[in-house]
Amino acid sequence: MWKTILRRVILMIPQIIILSLFIFLLAKMMPGDPFTGLITPNTSPSQIAKLRQEAGLNNPWYVQYVSWVGRAFHGDFGMSYAMQRPVTEIIGERAVNTLYLAILSVIITYVIAIPFGVWAGRYEGTWIDTSIQFYNFISMSTPSFVVYLLAIAAFGFGLKWFPTSGSVSVSASGFFGIIASRIYHIILPSILIGILTNASTVQYLRSGIVDNKLEDYVKTARSKGVPERVVFNRHILRNSLLPIAAFFGNVITGLLGGAIFAETIFSYPGMGKLFIDSVNGRDYSVMTALVLLYGILTLLGNLLSDIIMSIVDPRIRID
Amino acid sequence: MDTSDELLLDIQHLHTAFRVHDHFYDAVDDISLTLHKNEILALVGESGSGKSTLATSIIGLHNPRNTKVTGDIMYNELNLVGLNEALFNRIRGNDIGMIFQDPLSALNPLMRIGEQIAESLVYHTKLNEKEREARVLQLLEQVGIPDPPLTAHQYPHELSGGMRQRVMIAIAIACKPPIIIADEPTTALDVTIQAQILDLLEDIQKEIGSGILLITHDLGVVAETADTVAVMYSGQIVEQGSVYQVFEHPLHPYTRSLLRSMPQADSDDEELHVIQGTVPSLVNMQRTGDRFAPRIPWMPASSHEEHPVLHEVEPGHLVRCTCYKTFYFPDEKEAAAAGAPQNANEGE
Amino acid sequence: MSLIEIKDLNIHYPIRSGFFNRITDYVYAVDGINFDIEEGETYGLIGESGSGKSTTGKAIVGLEKVTSGQILYNGQDVTNRHERKKIKYNKDVQMIFQDSMSSLNPRKRIEDIIAEPIRNFESMTDTEERDRVKELLDIVGMPSDSIYKYPHEFSGGQRQRIGVARAVATHPKLIVADEPVSALDLSVQAQVLNFMKQIQKEFNISYLFISHDLGVVKHMCRNLAIMHRGRLVEVGTREDIYNNPQHIYTKRLLAAIPKVNPSGREADKAHRREVEREFQDHQDKWYDKDGKVFPLQQITATHSVALPPDEVTQIKSEVG
Repeated sequence: MWKTILRRVILMIPQIIILSLFIFLLAKMMPGDPFTGLITPNTSPSQIAKLRQEAGLNNPWYVQYVSWVGRAFHGDFGMSYAMQRPVTEIIGERAVNTLYLAILSVIITYVIAIPFGVWAGRYEGTWIDTSIQFYNFISMSTPSFVVYLLAIAAFGFGLKWFPTSGSVSVSASGFFGIIASRIYHIILPSILIGILTNASTVQYLRSGIVDNKLEDYVKTARSKGVPERVVFNRHILRNSLLPIAAFFGNVITGLLGGAIFAETIFSYPGMGKLFIDSVNGRDYSVMTALVLLYGILTLLGNLLSDIIMSIVDPRIRID
Repeated sequence: MDTSDELLLDIQHLHTAFRVHDHFYDAVDDISLTLHKNEILALVGESGSGKSTLATSIIGLHNPRNTKVTGDIMYNELNLVGLNEALFNRIRGNDIGMIFQDPLSALNPLMRIGEQIAESLVYHTKLNEKEREARVLQLLEQVGIPDPPLTAHQYPHELSGGMRQRVMIAIAIACKPPIIIADEPTTALDVTIQAQILDLLEDIQKEIGSGILLITHDLGVVAETADTVAVMYSGQIVEQGSVYQVFEHPLHPYTRSLLRSMPQADSDDEELHVIQGTVPSLVNMQRTGDRFAPRIPWMPASSHEEHPVLHEVEPGHLVRCTCYKTFYFPDEKEAAAAGAPQNANEGE
Repeated sequence: MSLIEIKDLNIHYPIRSGFFNRITDYVYAVDGINFDIEEGETYGLIGESGSGKSTTGKAIVGLEKVTSGQILYNGQDVTNRHERKKIKYNKDVQMIFQDSMSSLNPRKRIEDIIAEPIRNFESMTDTEERDRVKELLDIVGMPSDSIYKYPHEFSGGQRQRIGVARAVATHPKLIVADEPVSALDLSVQAQVLNFMKQIQKEFNISYLFISHDLGVVKHMCRNLAIMHRGRLVEVGTREDIYNNPQHIYTKRLLAAIPKVNPSGREADKAHRREVEREFQDHQDKWYDKDGKVFPLQQITATHSVALPPDEVTQIKSEVG
């Protein structure tokens, strides 16, 4: 199996190269450059031109690309023009914040999705199923930012239960104090992300259970005299959880995307907010680095799904 | 079979009805049958005849929400119709073993073979884990698996079709049940594998003395393995008797038509016999008179009974409706009229 | 010249493994077979699952890539796609599948299903086309209002007849029928088989009848071949194969067919067990050291069997 994983990782290299080229050219095509925002009536065009020359922005695009890739390979994505700090350093800080948010969101997603999926599948066609399906329908069709804004208005500014911005309170002190403050800051966005993004997992689980209930091997289990409770848990549920496990990698990448909105609206200093800020600020070096990172994470998420699948399903072996 | 053998199952006036658009329709319509120890009873019929429904009724696996079962299925003084689930779970697997048509879909793809066989031992025996493992290996050996320890650790997809069906048989006989229900056990298999599986079933039966209810649409399989035969059409038994009675002296028009439509002819110019019309669906099934009458429209209405019942024409040989007495195939009559020798006469 | 000549047909699938996914071995699905189909005849190709019989059928209609060997149609090479296109081979050769449910598009109406090959190969006005579809439905004994229905509204036998109607829509010369009646009940099977024979007479169609059911093949085919492990083990007329089988595999297949004769069943069973023992114990006599089937050797004008040459000489002397 290790061989296959290694091979898959190696095969990712050309994908990443194509991705990086695409990102680079896309960024080049965006109107303006980092200095556009610096132009004031006091700056002379010649100063700007000099800055451009120094930044290498006048070189042909492929020269710029090669130097960008070369530096990126060493972990150097250059300086953020907006923040005047190394991009790697900024992303490092922000990634930790996003990681906390993602972990809690994943936990909440599954805490809600698994029982909902099981109930909907088990009690297919009853009011329980109908209610869960209705909830799923609503959560899928509601634009997430509307929910975030409403939640901030209600629970943040209105009831004042949760903070409305930041990742940790400045007044927090001590190891546990800081941890508690961090959790306090991510609890509302995580719950909202969890509630809004579990629909696909619920549906997967539900349809898995509904299909598996009709399978012949379930009849075989019953014909052995296995009690119905055990038939459900050992045969139907276990087999339906399989695609859920494999879907895990995709859930992670999905959450990263979903977090972009949540972080921006909650002013939570994670990668998502950084991304939106960098786009607004024409902060190319940050933006391109982030898109590349998201791309690589998506590829890794798919690989993770395949690896999990091969572990849990004996019919699929990668060797 | 010896008729003095112990009675295992006594089915009396069994009706199994399915709900279709808030109406219940009998898929099994007033069936009475008995199964004895050491007997292989074959239920033959085409799809829609109700043969599989009958099997599912015996083992109580119908969804109670859309199925209504009435009548009696007596097993050791116990009526299986309406039996509560907890009690039924002690019967299933322990007293009745079941073999399904497609062994690939009938085995859990994510469970090791050994585990699937051991499962019924968990609920019906007091064996501990070690003893169960030993019993699993013994069962795999008994059904002719070449390397039991290896197979016990394999998953269904790693076995061939024939091997999988052997595993299914091992599951069915794990608790040495007095009754085995085999629902089309060889339909999904190649013909050489089919022969092996049928031989295995017979061997197993001799060893543990079970009564086997063999459900099949294949007349050849019936002729090769069954002791007694019940031919089903539209939820009813139309002919019943020993395998010799039914195959050597078929009486009911349906039995005779089926045998005649088998491709057995030596001349390739001979057309196969086709039964007119189609098998009626559950909802459109005719509920009065002879249900097979529309398929033999040349027979006069007077030849049928108004309420066809089973007639015992000789001990053990039963035929529904009186139309069998005058039944003929249209081409036989033409042949007779043309003065040709009438060689397709039943009963010889 | 035969309608179809199969010459040393090979279809191998690569097995890839290792770090670079290199081809390390092949599955010899079809491993050098030869046979001819004459105009207007039904040629039987018999085998168990995995024998390569369906792969052969698919190769003939062009659904399977041929590794090596030739398929000749009226003497013309139609092994590759361009040649098939040139002579409108795909119009002349059609296929009927076993599973009529999955081979008919569930979202299309019967009219469109049957008209599809007509649209591919002929230009007709809408009314001409509709008349033709109705005519085809009439040939297969289905009411003309079926054109507005969808496949799921029909029974298995009716769907199979629709499959036949589609296959004959372009006046084909050859129909490859892959297990056409295996999924059908006995009485429906009889209908479909009779009907296949009827249109054969009417339109002078040849069939390649692929089946595992020796009873059906015996009824349908005058010449047949038994396929096993990608090769032909025995080829001959119906009489050669059924009355005078030479290869153990053929004998084994024949012995395994359940007979509708309860009185003879003990004897049949004993015979079957004897053949099975011979098959198990003497693999080296019937197969080469790699377990492969020997090349075919002719023993009479019509009858060939895959055996080592010395065995054949012996059989020949017995046959006379």
